[in-house]
Amino acid sequence: MERQLSQDLERLKANLIRMGSLVQQSVSDSLEALLHRSEANARQVLDRDEQVDSLELEIDEEVLDLLALRQPVASDLRFIIAAQKINNDLERIGDHAVNIAQSAVLFAQRTFRTDMLDMPVMADIGRTMLREALDSFIRLDPALARSVIIEDDKMDDRNRVLSSKVIEVIRRDPEALEWGLEMIRISRNLERVSDLATNIAEETIFLTQARMVKHKSESDL
Amino acid sequence: MSMEQPIIETRSLNLFYGSFQALINVDLQIQDRQITALIGPSGCGKSTLVRVFNRMNDLIDGVRVTGRVLVQAENIYAPSIDMIALRRKVGMVFQRPNPFPLTVAENITFGLEVHRSLPRSEFRRMIEESLKGVLLWEDLKDRLDAPALGLSLEQQQRLCIARVLAMKPKIILMDEPCSALDPIATMKIEDLMRELKRDYTIVIVTHNMQQAARASDFTAFMYLGELIEFGETKSLFRTPRVKRTEDYITGRFG
Repeated sequence: MERQLSQDLERLKANLIRMGSLVQQSVSDSLEALLHRSEANARQVLDRDEQVDSLELEIDEEVLDLLALRQPVASDLRFIIAAQKINNDLERIGDHAVNIAQSAVLFAQRTFRTDMLDMPVMADIGRTMLREALDSFIRLDPALARSVIIEDDKMDDRNRVLSSKVIEVIRRDPEALEWGLEMIRISRNLERVSDLATNIAEETIFLTQARMVKHKSESDL
Repeated sequence: MSMEQPIIETRSLNLFYGSFQALINVDLQIQDRQITALIGPSGCGKSTLVRVFNRMNDLIDGVRVTGRVLVQAENIYAPSIDMIALRRKVGMVFQRPNPFPLTVAENITFGLEVHRSLPRSEFRRMIEESLKGVLLWEDLKDRLDAPALGLSLEQQQRLCIARVLAMKPKIILMDEPCSALDPIATMKIEDLMRELKRDYTIVIVTHNMQQAARASDFTAFMYLGELIEFGETKSLFRTPRVKRTEDYITGRFG
């Protein structure tokens, strides 16, 4: 006979995977909207956000019920705690996708400079980190999770470099100010997406190895 | 884990009921004035182990013990051991409250008459002290001559603990002390255990894992006569080191 708790945990995991794919889709759509000046894609992200928010609440409720009714311990308990944090991380990633989509709408409507600097590469890194963080969680793969955490530094560097390039452009061409502010905003949102993907990877390591890896340097991982 | 001298220590402890081996090579150290819970599925040896600590198993025919069991550094299976002193030092509380069919006061003084050479004038003080120790004095001070069997089950169990306290023990063994009690009474006994640990070492056998998690400082998980894992309760329930412990406490077997 299967444990009731196992069934509950399977359902929780299925909902998290659903949440993960919704948010992944939003991040992809928002970047697509930005890089291809597609307002339609951006609108999809804005419309989807309500779905993301209500699924977040649903998962929160499930977590509360599990804690209140099933008295989980050991790996079950770690899974539920990790699930709650990942749920929260995903919802915030969804918000960053919304921010990027709002910028994408401006890019589609205004006659901004077409120059996107390093943004396509950053978009790629962000998308990949999120995908791999979610994969590491679903497959309980700590090695993959570790590679996501290491990737985060690259994103931080590119965010800094992009910001200084934008400032250079604005210095030469003050007309580019609005473009520049949007670029910096998008870059910062992408950088936050990668931070949150890193959190998900850390939760995966906590889950698989019962080890806290937050706030540890790379060599300790 | 504390490096203090353990109050109970077993070394390579084996126990046989005839040809059946109920305990296999148990090495365990129980810390003074802590609550240690023994958990594991039925038949794992947890009740047998707790009954080693005051040699209650001696009452069963065909029991054979090898290895060493030290209580306050004294080998309690040495031929020279004073059994009366041992049972006084290591008191026991059972699954079902088992007060004597006497009055409340007589339940406390019965052991004093048998075991301790106290002047009778001291009895009254011991009754009060023991009942206060289990937070029963206020409820019963005007009913000391009432029959103990008329008390609620929870009060009966408290009285049984008071009866043990009157012997001035160091260690209190509790074998499923709450299994006959409702959840509220159970919680009150757990609160009492926390009070008592200031002065006594408590070893509790329970098959209620939530109780072990709630009420104990250390937990020992036993399976088929072996001690599988022993450690601080919070780490055992958060991150057990042994797969079999994990499977048991998460309800995957047992």
